[in-house]
Parts: sequence; C-alpha cells; structure tokens
Amino acid sequence: MPQQVPRLLAVFAIAAAGLLLARGVLIPDTFGDLGHYRAAAVDSIAARPVKYAGRQVCGACHVDVEAQQVAGNHRGVSCEVCHAPAAWHASDPMSGKPAINRKRDLCVVCHAFNPSRPTGFPQIDSLVHNPRLPCIGCHTPHAPVPPETPRECGACHGGIARQKAVSPHANLECTTCHDAPQAHRDNPRAHRPTKPAERAFCGACHAGMAPEGPIPQIALESHGQPNLCWQCHYPHYPETSR
Amino acid sequence: MTDQGLDRRAFVGDLVAACLAAGGPVLLGAIRMAEGQAPAGAGAGYDPADHYYGMGIDVAKCIGCARCVAACKAENDVPPGPHHFNTWIERYVLRAGGEVDVDSPNGGLDGFPPLEGVGDILRTFFVPKLCNHCANPPCVQVCPVGATFITPDGVVLVDDQYCIGCRYCIQACPYGARYMHPEKHVAGKCTFCYHRLVKGLVPACVEVCPTGARVFGEVEKQPTPLARFLRFNDIQVLKPNLNTKPKAYYANLDGEVR
Repeated sequence: MPQQVPRLLAVFAIAAAGLLLARGVLIPDTFGDLGHYRAAAVDSIAARPVKYAGRQVCGACHVDVEAQQVAGNHRGVSCEVCHAPAAWHASDPMSGKPAINRKRDLCVVCHAFNPSRPTGFPQIDSLVHNPRLPCIGCHTPHAPVPPETPRECGACHGGIARQKAVSPHANLECTTCHDAPQAHRDNPRAHRPTKPAERAFCGACHAGMAPEGPIPQIALESHGQPNLCWQCHYPHYPETSR
Repeated sequence: MTDQGLDRRAFVGDLVAACLAAGGPVLLGAIRMAEGQAPAGAGAGYDPADHYYGMGIDVAKCIGCARCVAACKAENDVPPGPHHFNTWIERYVLRAGGEVDVDSPNGGLDGFPPLEGVGDILRTFFVPKLCNHCANPPCVQVCPVGATFITPDGVVLVDDQYCIGCRYCIQACPYGARYMHPEKHVAGKCTFCYHRLVKGLVPACVEVCPTGARVFGEVEKQPTPLARFLRFNDIQVLKPNLNTKPKAYYANLDGEVR
C-alpha cells in the first residue's frame, strides 16, 4: 500500500466522524421519521388544548334544550356560537357556568340587515325593529320564530318609537296615552287606537304641580285655549325648553 | 523543525483516536436511526394514514358574521388585532363599472361598514378565507429548515419550535394565509385545528358556523359530508393556475374572487 493511502484514509475518517458529529448535534431527534420535518412537532400540535367542546357534548347533559333546538330554526347553530367556548365547563360542570350575552348586540351579529348577506336570510334593521329591546323578549333563542302579531307598538311604529326613546316622554308607555284594543294588532286599520281627547289629560301632569320641578307647567285655563295640547305640541318628541 | 516534541505523525494519530472516541456514540446513533424507529404518531388510536382532510365552503351560505374568526382566535390562541388571522372573512363588492372592491376590516370580527355607492352595485357577497392546505404547497417548498410540512393526513403545519422566523413561507403563500406571530416570532397559520382532528372533532370554525357554510371531512372517502358537498356543487378552488392543488373547495364562487 502506498504511503499516502493510510494518511488519506485517516483524513477521510476524520471528516466522516466530524460530519456525523455535526449531524448528531444539529439535527433534532425525530427529524426525518415521517418526512423532512420533526415528527415530534405533530405530537406537540396534536396535544394543544381543546376550547370548543362541540354540541354533542353539550347535548349529553342539556337534553331538553337540545331537543328544542334541533326542531327549531336554530338547529344549525352550535351552542357555543352564542354561549362562548365551554370545554372547561364540559370537563368540570361544577366549576361554573358559561357567560351568555342576553342583549340585543349578540343577535344582530348575524341578523342585522347587510346587503352582502344571502337573500332569504332573516335580517332586521336594528334601529327600526323594536329599538332597544332585547331580542329574547319576543323570540326564543333556542327555537326562534317570528311572532305572529307584534307585541310591541314599535314593531310597526318604529319611527315614533325611536323618536320617543330619546324624548322627555321616553319612560311613558304608549298605552299611557293611547288605548289600543287587542284587535288593532290583528287588523290595524279597522281598529284604531284612541288619542287623548281632553286638555285635562295632559294637564294631569302639566298643570297644577310645583312650577320648579322637572315637568313643565302651564296654566291650563289660559294657555292655548281652545286647542287640544297635541294640536300644538308633538307628544312623541315634546319641546324641552321651558 | 523537530523541537516541538510532537511530530506530525503522532499528532494526526492522536487526532484520529480522539475523533473516534468522541464520535463513537454518534455513529451508534446513526446506526440506530438507519434501523428506523416507530414513527411518532399523532395520538393514541389515531392513524394519520387513514385520513385525508379538506374543507368545503359554500359562499352562498356565508352571512359574514365572523363567528368562525372569533372561534378560531379563541381555539388557537391567535393574537388579537387586525393582522393575525388563521381564517378571515372578505366582503366582495362587484360594481357596474367592472371594478371589484374587497375589504376585510379586522377580518370581519367587528362587522362591515355600510356600503357606499349602493346604486351601482351589481353583486356583493362574503367569502371566508383560510389556509388552502394545498397538496402541492409552495410554503413547504421554500422552508429552508423543514419547519413547515404536510402531514400524512393532508394538513400543512408549522413546527413552531423549529421555525427560524425567516418569513419566506409568508412570501411564498399565494393566498396570504400566513402571518408572523408577534410574540413567538414564528410563522402562524391555520392547522385545520389538528388538535381537534386527532380527537375526532371538527375544526372550531366548522363547529360554530351557524349557516353550515363550512363543511369538513375526508376528501377521498365517499360517505362523508364533504364528499356529498363535492358531488352536489360546482366546485372551484382559488388560483387553480398556480397548480398548488388546494383542498379548500368553494361552491358558488364568483369568478372575481382571488
């Protein structure tokens, strides 16, 4: 054997050992087991915690609600859409209840009118449709249906309801001044609600009380005779200056 | 120069011996690796080879409520804020003049502002977007370290302990589905909720979609919701000309959607 060969072999051996050493140090443990990646990464991603339990898990305990829900218009809506992720509650029901937003702003996330939404999806204009009332007052969230007859005057008289809502008369019910028969809801034009027919009706609040209080006071006998009050003052948005 | 006490021959001999001593365990390790270990599977009772996942999205059913976006952020601890989304909702507005407006304010999470110039709108609709989990993914091709990969069940994942944060995959993705995680400084993306798949659950966005606009399941097996979806709809994918072979299948997709 020529003298150079053992020396060259030694050099190659050093290089090979160095390569293997570098490979052992630099390449992670499970790299290449499944492909050009760390197989352990799949395990660590698969081990991440689950936050949404899924509706089957909810229905295992809440049988009555699920039975109601799968028969109604919200059958496609998973519980955790509205009730927030609840895997923590499913794994330990005694640890607390998931919070639920009962206010109007939850429902309009899906049901506010938006021209980009598909035709036929039930949508409302939140400013006009029973303003400021919680949706769940009229619609059962687990099986919602549109009410057959409107319960609130503002469902039809939205403009008046909006105006009254920001007026000094906001706290007065419609029925304080109007006598609306039940038949008006089914056949509104045939059965008209009443309007106050006497000056004394408004005078009950606006005449004869302490003049320095928050309610404007007038002398009923001398003020604006012989007109009815609402012929000059718009009662759904009365002027506030005294 | 012979006064160094250690001649060249002795030095090289010692070096070889030292290298062999140090490299012995590594050689053994290499032999063990060549013999092959049991592949570190995903979980007990779950065989990735049995599955091949895809997602169907019916654009005509999407109401743009962005519950999927909210659910995804909650399920996957995606950072809040408008630039980090695994999935997001785009609003398309096609106008009479031929121009197409696309917006996605905060991914759709806060709703969409009222449309302007309503008079000349031809058509408007919402399109949910997410990682397409391409069968031929450009992001995996470009990763210099093998930190992003496609699993045997067809899901494109990121190894966040191995990613070096070079952003190359973010540039390479034609669908804009990746982002830089602001805290971990690694690439973030949709995982199809892989941690849910291995437990037999569907991804969080599919779980919460109130109108059933998202369908999840096996691409190749027949009696599954996705197979039904693929059979009964005209299916399009995004940017088919790029040959990425996406596994996000869109139904009722307008040609203007990119």
